[in-house]
Amino acid sequence: MSTGNMNLTLKVWRQKNNKTKGALVDYKLADISPDMSFLEMFDVLNEQLINKGEEPVVFDHDCREGICGMCSMFINGRPHGPKDLVTTCQLHMRSFKDGDTIVVEPWRAAAFPVVKDLTVDRSAFDRVIAAGGFISVNTGNAQDANNLPIPKMQADAAFEAAACIGCGACVATCKNASAMLFVSAKISQLALLPQGQPERYRRVQSMVAQMDAEGFGNCTNTGACEAECPKGISLENIARMNRDFASAKFVSEETV
Amino acid sequence: MSDINSNIPEGELTSKWTKYKSSVPLVNPSNKRTIEVIIVGSGLAGASAAATLAEMGYKVKCFCFQDSPRRAHSIAAQGGINAAKNYQNDGDSVYRLFYDTIKGGDYRAREANVHRLAEVSANIIDQCVAQGVPLAREYGGLLDNRSFGGTQVQRTFYAAGQTGQQLLLGAYSALERQIGMGKVEMYTRHEMLEVVKIDGKARGIIARNLITGEIERHFGHAVVLGTGGYGNVFYLSTNAMGSNVTAAWKAHKQGAYFANPCYTQIHPTCIPVSGDHQSKLTLMSESLRNDGRIWVPKKKDDNRKASEIPEDERDYYLERRYPAFGNLVPRDVASRAAKERCDAGYGVGASKLAVYLDFKANTERYGKIEASKAGNHNPDKETCMRLGTAVIKEKYGNLFDMYAQITGENPYETPMRIYPAVHYTMGGLWVDYNLMTSVPGLYCTGEANFSDHGANRLGASALMQGLADGYFVLPYTIGAYLSKEISVKAIPTDHPAFVEAEERAVGILNTLINIKGTKSVDHFHKRLGHIMWEKCGMARNEKGLKEAIEEIRALRHEFWSDVRVPGTADELNTELEKAGRVADFIELGELMCIDALNRNESCGGHFREEYQTEEGEALRDDVDYAYVAAWEFKEGVNFELHKEELKFENIKVAQRSYK
Repeated sequence: MSTGNMNLTLKVWRQKNNKTKGALVDYKLADISPDMSFLEMFDVLNEQLINKGEEPVVFDHDCREGICGMCSMFINGRPHGPKDLVTTCQLHMRSFKDGDTIVVEPWRAAAFPVVKDLTVDRSAFDRVIAAGGFISVNTGNAQDANNLPIPKMQADAAFEAAACIGCGACVATCKNASAMLFVSAKISQLALLPQGQPERYRRVQSMVAQMDAEGFGNCTNTGACEAECPKGISLENIARMNRDFASAKFVSEETV
Repeated sequence: MSDINSNIPEGELTSKWTKYKSSVPLVNPSNKRTIEVIIVGSGLAGASAAATLAEMGYKVKCFCFQDSPRRAHSIAAQGGINAAKNYQNDGDSVYRLFYDTIKGGDYRAREANVHRLAEVSANIIDQCVAQGVPLAREYGGLLDNRSFGGTQVQRTFYAAGQTGQQLLLGAYSALERQIGMGKVEMYTRHEMLEVVKIDGKARGIIARNLITGEIERHFGHAVVLGTGGYGNVFYLSTNAMGSNVTAAWKAHKQGAYFANPCYTQIHPTCIPVSGDHQSKLTLMSESLRNDGRIWVPKKKDDNRKASEIPEDERDYYLERRYPAFGNLVPRDVASRAAKERCDAGYGVGASKLAVYLDFKANTERYGKIEASKAGNHNPDKETCMRLGTAVIKEKYGNLFDMYAQITGENPYETPMRIYPAVHYTMGGLWVDYNLMTSVPGLYCTGEANFSDHGANRLGASALMQGLADGYFVLPYTIGAYLSKEISVKAIPTDHPAFVEAEERAVGILNTLINIKGTKSVDHFHKRLGHIMWEKCGMARNEKGLKEAIEEIRALRHEFWSDVRVPGTADELNTELEKAGRVADFIELGELMCIDALNRNESCGGHFREEYQTEEGEALRDDVDYAYVAAWEFKEGVNFELHKEELKFENIKVAQRSYK
């Protein structure tokens, strides 16, 4: 069992709701263990606030094992903090030093309005998927799974794109608040698979149209999204999406 | 013996479901358009049901407490999903999957349900692949399989260590498609707080909009709960932080029986607790037991590093005790064996509450194969380890990374330390063959019901059951009920039953806010968890359970007089959400202990110390306890037992042996 000995200063964004203005508020924390996760450190802060009769900091989190995509803290200017390829919940305090000051803000993007404190509304992502991020196959219509062999490399590439957890770090880190990495990951997964071909060009047009309608920014190829993605989703997906989008507009007979 | 009817169709086991499907009453397309179905939960069981019912033409409303249906905790399932495809030509069949599941569940599951599950298992794989779920493949382009515990065939399909994620995203995309078409109305960040009953039938729910605190009334001709398990009653578990029993518990309080609550699954391979700050536990997939060997030192209190302990001073206790299944014994058996070694003083790590999961032997073996493929038939050890590590990385990379992240140790170099942790709950709302609870019109699917896993679930069967229920079972069985409801018009939500249910829900919220006590919700949750783990965990006994019941009752009174919930009920208030859930967990905890005390036998995940064989294996009592214990809620947190006798007509009931 580790004993905690880290002392920290937190500057945490507090905002009552989307109608009020927010501000950074300072908190002191003592005896933090390096084995704690970043969110467990926030549990300590909240317990402290509750015991003092104050309102705890509201933040999104659920699985705490890096897969649900719910946690979403902007830590010292980086989504999910200083370590590469981890979500906030998998970031541990051993990545910080005794005496550190840590600034924690919500995702910031016009398409992700703040709900309260560190919680934002990411329902725009769901609407982009609803616009075309699927294969139209009703339950009960499937043939035997092995009737459709898929080369391993292709299946693996589709899987890598499908590993996106929809957390929105790509949007949060992009200076344009672009959602291209998220959208292209889903488009790529389905474009790489034979099952996704019938709707391939329709899909890319519908999803891009919805992405634009949600108010996400444009892509200017800075690559921050790839660098900050906790699941290592590749920029190649964006290239593939752009290619498919161009093909759809200029070649496909089906325009949406 | 039974005083409840499970509505199992007549006829041969193997033809029951086929016959049922072709004779169940149907609802015609024009009537479907006016029939509304409420689905609570958007995990595998909820999302698949919502999508499928909408495809069939019903009007569906789906609710989840997370910010998106994609975040339901099914997403975190790692290892795989079983299906009786026999793609490996290793002798698998529907019967074998059925048999393994009944035996794995220690003969405490219903034959007819389990056989149906095995029958539809193959359809699930077909459906998921058609949706574009990228399951693992071999170089020939066909689907790959791996082994899981409690079986001797390879029937587990997987997507690296993220099978649940990929399956859920498949169901989620099917659901979003229906949302986009306007056939499902999705309510995210909503929590169900009450079931509304009119003339004895479930007719809707009361839900709280978690952002605004607004209380909403929703009508449905039928209500389906796919709300997951209750492992968080232990505070520390592998469940997500938000996973809770509230929807199921509110249904229970409205008349739905709660079955076998004491059957909880303690998963053998989890990352051990590191300190008091711990908020949740993380699973290391059972698939790791394919390639990892579990051991402890032969010497008590051995403080040497794992690498310094020579081969002949290691006790591979699972291989020693269970030579036939070795490291792949079912979860309950593996967990108890780990506890036994640690209790006896052979545990490793600082807390001594851990055993080693070691990949070295298989890493080397894989390395040899790889070297051989490259033409090197006499590779040195270093080459083997280097090449083998690459293979292990491809198979389990994300799990190893997660382990390194959490513990700060490198599992490629030193064996993992693992210990059992609460993972899954086999108990849940009692349902009949139709997946209907004891409240007409109220259905329950997935982990939230009790139906298919008996007293112990086999690995890779949870995903199978969730999707079986949602894609292939409920969409048929709910028709049997709804076909009789076609003349019922949507009931306006100003009906007195809605008003009354809303008053109940609001009353609880206001009470919680107004206690203004001195202790946080987490404080009570941790104490409850401690009682449950110590006295109703991996091993239970009469004395401990009796004490636990008293302690939980006292805790309940203390909670309702001293909990502190800051803020108000008309805003986003996460403490208020937690308070409501913990209040329900406290009542459930008491019932779990009562159930465990009632069951004077050991079976699967329920191990009563008084009932064991000389070798320390679970000792069942088939004469007195071959029944489902279905508990009815009574005024003032009391419970009345109903029994559903389990009849085994197709399987010979025997002492489970994995030796």
